[in-house]
Amino acid sequence: MSETAIKPRIEKVPLREQFFQKLPVLLVPMLALLGLMAIGNPASWLTLTVAGLAMGMMIFIMASGLTVVFGLMDVINFGHGAFVAVGAFVGFTVLAWLAGWTASPSVMLNLAAVLIAILAAMVVTGLLGYAFERVIVMPVYGEHLKQILVTMGGLIVAQQMIYVVWGPDELHLSRPEAFQGSIVLGEAAIEKYRLVAVAIGLALFLAMRHILKNTKVGLLVRAGVENGEMVEALGYRIRRLFLIVFMTGSALAGLGGVMWGLYQETITAHMGSEIMVLVFIVVIIGGLGSVEGCFIGALLVGLLANYTAFLAPKVALISTIALMVAILMWRPQGIYPVVKAK
Amino acid sequence: MADNLLTVSGVHTLIGPYHILQGVDLVVPEGGVTVLLGRNGAGKTTTLRTIMGLWNASQGEIRFDDHLITGLDTPDISRRGIAYVPEDMGVFTDLTVAENMTLAAANAPIDQKRLGWIKALFPPIGTFWNASAGTLSGGQKQMLSVARAIIEPRRLILIDEPTKGLAPAIIKAMTDALRELKETDTTILLVEQNFAMASTIGDTVAVMDDGRIIHSGVMRELTEDDAMQEKLMGLSLEAHQ
Repeated sequence: MSETAIKPRIEKVPLREQFFQKLPVLLVPMLALLGLMAIGNPASWLTLTVAGLAMGMMIFIMASGLTVVFGLMDVINFGHGAFVAVGAFVGFTVLAWLAGWTASPSVMLNLAAVLIAILAAMVVTGLLGYAFERVIVMPVYGEHLKQILVTMGGLIVAQQMIYVVWGPDELHLSRPEAFQGSIVLGEAAIEKYRLVAVAIGLALFLAMRHILKNTKVGLLVRAGVENGEMVEALGYRIRRLFLIVFMTGSALAGLGGVMWGLYQETITAHMGSEIMVLVFIVVIIGGLGSVEGCFIGALLVGLLANYTAFLAPKVALISTIALMVAILMWRPQGIYPVVKAK
Repeated sequence: MADNLLTVSGVHTLIGPYHILQGVDLVVPEGGVTVLLGRNGAGKTTTLRTIMGLWNASQGEIRFDDHLITGLDTPDISRRGIAYVPEDMGVFTDLTVAENMTLAAANAPIDQKRLGWIKALFPPIGTFWNASAGTLSGGQKQMLSVARAIIEPRRLILIDEPTKGLAPAIIKAMTDALRELKETDTTILLVEQNFAMASTIGDTVAVMDDGRIIHSGVMRELTEDDAMQEKLMGLSLEAHQ
């Protein structure tokens, strides 16, 4: 093919279009700025903003797995909440075993106890995810209605199993010594645990972004989200990729469960299904299958929930739904729509 | 004529309630271009997808290099040396051109010498190497789709209507590229409705209608026989008007 036959040219994306593409990234600082103007007091605003970011990060941890599972596998997993609850209970058990470490004033011992609890929760929920995918999800690939029914069924079974193992009562999950209390910055009091949640959430987001952008597995996931059939035609076993992604998503939900449990300091068998409302809102706002959109959506939900709870507690009940409606009216496919092959 | 690389015998394919392929018999000799012609809905795309394992044959058998591949999973068929360029090109628009090519090199890192040859064959691949594939024009996406299929040496390439919807200049460029590819002893099974283009590069030809092969033979015989063209092409058109 000669150069003269076809002259390739690069067309620059107009500035206006570039701005609209980047606009979602500005939504979080814009909302924070609006919050500052509405709240007035910078100390209260700082406390609420950190609380909102921490809440958003924890929701992101739980939602990230769900959105990738939906994007890649086209599976609507209503049972995702089961992994959140199981993760929290496993974390509770491990932290109870390591009570000596969590009661110690040593930051290192506290951190080690939490990390072991997180690791155990992720291993158990990852394995549970394996069984869930093989037994419940695999027979209903491509059938959305059946997926909703069977994954709901899986959630109920998991909740009943929690009753069997840990009993029907809610349990108190106390934070390790080093994560209790607040740091005072001027007039603002910031809970230490919220800072930990922000750090873990941010680290997870950056790690996921790195894997998706810079590794072959990440490329396969992104390509599979768009056109799984073509990935198979290139010689890759997408079913194996499905399983890995499902297990990873389940493990992330388990991680989210431990963190959410430590945040609320109370865990119940139903905590997963309760938080799933927010998780689904975040996944829808972000664009089904989009990790970046999920991250921005989670931060928006976290910040808005905290600001409105402070400014107008009654409005807080509908604020996240209103946010979802507003975003979908602006971008009906979510913040970052994922292009799927027809 | 060389040995047959691909043999499709009595293949039936059902998609839902539709009986699309109704006993397809097709041979693809090694080392040339076999063109599969036929009207819209004749079953050409279904034939390629069935060979690739994307749809299962309910009856019949498909042999590649004398090994039965009917019932194998698509990745297994691909790893035996068959590449597929679908009608919709199957380009991953969320990925860059480089990422598309990296994924296509499924068995080893990209061979730089081969990549250089591909960039000479399709200049836009080099020009837009780091650009998002979603920003490419239709012709450039088609080039990327073919480039992806040949980034690793393949024994057989299934190409579904590579000139569909392209401007005449791009069609000529694509034809030149396929001709050069043919010179490398790669076997091509080409689905095409553009008979003028197909006749210039095809060695053998098969014509489909209603889910069956109604004619197969040497391309030159068909191009030189206006009456046969009229019979085969005319039959297809008139029968479905």
